[in-house]
Amino acid sequence: MTLRVLYFARLRERFGVAEEPIELAGDRVADLIALLQARGGVWAEELAAGRAFRVAVNQDIVALDAAIPDQAEVAIFPPVTGG
Amino acid sequence: MKPGSIKIRVQSEPFDLGVEVNAMSNGRTDIGAIASFVGLARDHNDGSGVTAMTLEHYPGMTEKALATLADEACARWTLLDVTVIHRVGRLLPGDPIVLVAVASSHRGDAFAACEFIMDALKTRAPFWKKEDTPQGERWVDARASDDTAAARWDAP
Repeated sequence: MTLRVLYFARLRERFGVAEEPIELAGDRVADLIALLQARGGVWAEELAAGRAFRVAVNQDIVALDAAIPDQAEVAIFPPVTGG
Repeated sequence: MKPGSIKIRVQSEPFDLGVEVNAMSNGRTDIGAIASFVGLARDHNDGSGVTAMTLEHYPGMTEKALATLADEACARWTLLDVTVIHRVGRLLPGDPIVLVAVASSHRGDAFAACEFIMDALKTRAPFWKKEDTPQGERWVDARASDDTAAARWDAP
């Protein structure tokens, strides 16, 4: 399925990309993270197990085992620091 | 609450606490309490001076997340009006960043709901701060104490 993937704040800067379409074979957030980790470099480093990042699917923060619907907007970002 | 009693704004412009609070109570006499919180940009953080900060957000999700927090507060306490304003873009020390104001018949619900919304905003609303310091730019790290503050509202 095809996803629209967004990155914010420190992760956007480190990855050097704000938004990209991604073709995903699986249907879980964990499948997407695994695909991105496999790119190596900063991707593997920032998305390694134990690193703090958040994932939102269609603008709701979800857990790694959450399902992703086709055509979803998925965002990956650091823990939030507003307020 | 009557429809339209939740106001959510994400804006680069400053806001005025007095104007917002007056707007809540203007023309009505059922409100007995308004609790408000204003967060300001500090000139120091984590042992360093801060000369400016830039707030980034996730347009679309931000408004949705703030509305969800306000809805949760309305479900939990008896509220008459909720206003949440959060600024984005470049801010200087002393500038107001965030306003939460809650109106209710009595102070207990207003105080509690105001603090709940702020604590939840700190961990669930997609904003990120980047600080300018004498050593250069740096992204602000999330604080464990914010998670602790938010989690206490989950306790039975």
